[in-house]
Amino acid sequence: MTLFKNLDCMSQKEWPLWEVFIRSKQGLDHKHVGSLHAADAEMAVQNARDVYTRRLEGVSIWVVESKHVHASNPDDAAAFYEPANDKVYRHPTFYTVPDSIKHM
Amino acid sequence: METLELTQEEQFQARIDEDIRIEPKDWMPEAYRKTLIRQISQHAHSELVGMLPEGNWITRAPSLKRKSILLAKVQDEAGHGLYLYSAAETLGASRDQMLADLHSGKAKYSSIFNYPTLSWADMGTIGWLVDGAAILNQVPLCRTSYGPYARAMVRVCKEESFHQRQGFEIMQTLCEGAPEQKAMAQEALNRWWWPTLMMFGPKDADSPNTEQSMKWRIKRFTNDELRQKFVDMMVPQAEFLGLTVPDDKLQWNEAKQGYDFGDVDWAEFWDVVKGNGPCSRERLQARTDAWEQGAWVREAALAHAAKRKQRAEAA
Amino acid sequence: MYASTQSIALPDVAPEVRQHLFEYVLQLADTSLILAHRLSEWCGHGPILEQDLAMANISLDLLGEARSYYQYAAELEGRGRTEDDLAYLRSAVEYRNPLLVEQPNGDFAQTIVRQFLYDCFHYHLLLQLQASPDRHLAGIAEKSVKEAAYHIKWSAEWIIRLGDGTDESRRRVEAAIASLWRYSGELTTPTPTEQALQAAGFLPDYAAIQQQADTQVARVFEEATLTVPQGVFMQKGGKTGRHSEHLGYLLTELQYMQRAYPGMKW
Repeated sequence: MTLFKNLDCMSQKEWPLWEVFIRSKQGLDHKHVGSLHAADAEMAVQNARDVYTRRLEGVSIWVVESKHVHASNPDDAAAFYEPANDKVYRHPTFYTVPDSIKHM
Repeated sequence: METLELTQEEQFQARIDEDIRIEPKDWMPEAYRKTLIRQISQHAHSELVGMLPEGNWITRAPSLKRKSILLAKVQDEAGHGLYLYSAAETLGASRDQMLADLHSGKAKYSSIFNYPTLSWADMGTIGWLVDGAAILNQVPLCRTSYGPYARAMVRVCKEESFHQRQGFEIMQTLCEGAPEQKAMAQEALNRWWWPTLMMFGPKDADSPNTEQSMKWRIKRFTNDELRQKFVDMMVPQAEFLGLTVPDDKLQWNEAKQGYDFGDVDWAEFWDVVKGNGPCSRERLQARTDAWEQGAWVREAALAHAAKRKQRAEAA
Repeated sequence: MYASTQSIALPDVAPEVRQHLFEYVLQLADTSLILAHRLSEWCGHGPILEQDLAMANISLDLLGEARSYYQYAAELEGRGRTEDDLAYLRSAVEYRNPLLVEQPNGDFAQTIVRQFLYDCFHYHLLLQLQASPDRHLAGIAEKSVKEAAYHIKWSAEWIIRLGDGTDESRRRVEAAIASLWRYSGELTTPTPTEQALQAAGFLPDYAAIQQQADTQVARVFEEATLTVPQGVFMQKGGKTGRHSEHLGYLLTELQYMQRAYPGMKW
């Protein structure tokens, strides 16, 4: 299942849609910031620079053509995410450590 | 089948009521999707067409500083249009189709941009007054129920914050300048005041979509509420500038802690909405020309990308 | 932008060199301003939103560069004129930009060819100017060369797309080259002012810059499957104030407010 429904109905004359991810500063992850149209990958990177980094928002850009993004289905949300709910033992707060024990 | 659909709709409304954002792939009523596409694309078109009245003065800005600021501002509007088209695209609308609807006159955009910009003071007035009104409309939209729209609006509002200030600064410079500059500022306010009040849309009683939009939290205040807020906000600012708001019914109402003000000329409002604004034809023509004259450029880029891809595959 | 070089002392040179420097910095300023102005005419009318943003960015870069030069020129002149006095109150014959940048936008191909020819010169000039003994000029060049590196990337890619795109884009870009190539020679033909500054060691030799620009043009044209024109008669005059008729109209618009309302603050 691709990300958005419209990708198949885009006309042949329309520049493809790209998703843009920006690293706002060294040490941080790239984060999705939006999308844009571009004829090719190189143009997509340049357009992303011109559209999404006009106010020093980034130091690195990723683009990916929207049709290549595959997304989980919201109908699967219960099956996907709820099973993690009762695995409290995965969290450090589940365990009690005596007060006298340090550095744990 | 019908009961299942009803349950979905109820679940949907429950999420809205809990202020849980709706995301692109979530189930949504078709009417919600359509309303959003209409509203977001109208908003995007307004940004796009809104570039024209101000763009009209970029080449005539009175100083290098003002020229840079104005160009950066109009460029931001292109950016805002782009963010909004992107948000609408997540709902299954294509940008080309939305633009085709704009060019054919099927889609609407904010009527304010169908008025001409006649003097440099119009740049101040648009920034101060028109952007001021736009911000009132837009800030609540940062919490609108549809995720991509809300996120686009957060970005827009963040960038807009300098727009109103630069407008006010232009007005202040004019009002503190020579008498002809002050007169220029007053004349611009006289022309823009009423059309700006129209930006909030028809009176609540004549706004059939408001109730459903409020329920879906696409809209969070009514037209009249926002209009009142705007007048209460702007009158003291006009007083600070030493300008007169062109409304002889304008009066502070102690009981409601707000201003009473005169009625908008609704006949003019509907004329402009129907496409009979002073610049309606010119604005649409300018957009259509840009799009049609750019067609060969867009086609060339696609053709070149296809050639490159083919060569890469052959290699 | 300019503030970073403001603390630097003015170059300690003979008055006539200083006059040459003033005129040359003004030439750089006029060139950036006029091209920025032309690009800004596209705002709201570009072929697609993304490219509207790109052209506005380039225009803003050039405007910023122009302002740095005007501010420095005003300082060199030392007669109390401001950046705006220099930009808004000089007549067409006093303007010193080369003919290329004042040519009208035409279609997108004309704009791209004008931009690319200028970028090839501009970028290589700025690379060299960074080493100028004039620390102000070097400082402005150091900042602007990064912007110019992006401009040339943008315009070169468009040359390639249009040249190797559709039949129509090829026809249009060829027509643009045919009409604009004749203005490219002026960029590297030194005026007496430029010659004097070259002799004084403030300006690089233009032969080397021309060679670098030519190499870049040839490489990009080849990728675009376009032919580099040969033996074209080169027009010149803009840099000495003999402009095409286009500049008068451009300045009429640019200077309208300052001329109609003299002496006011905006």
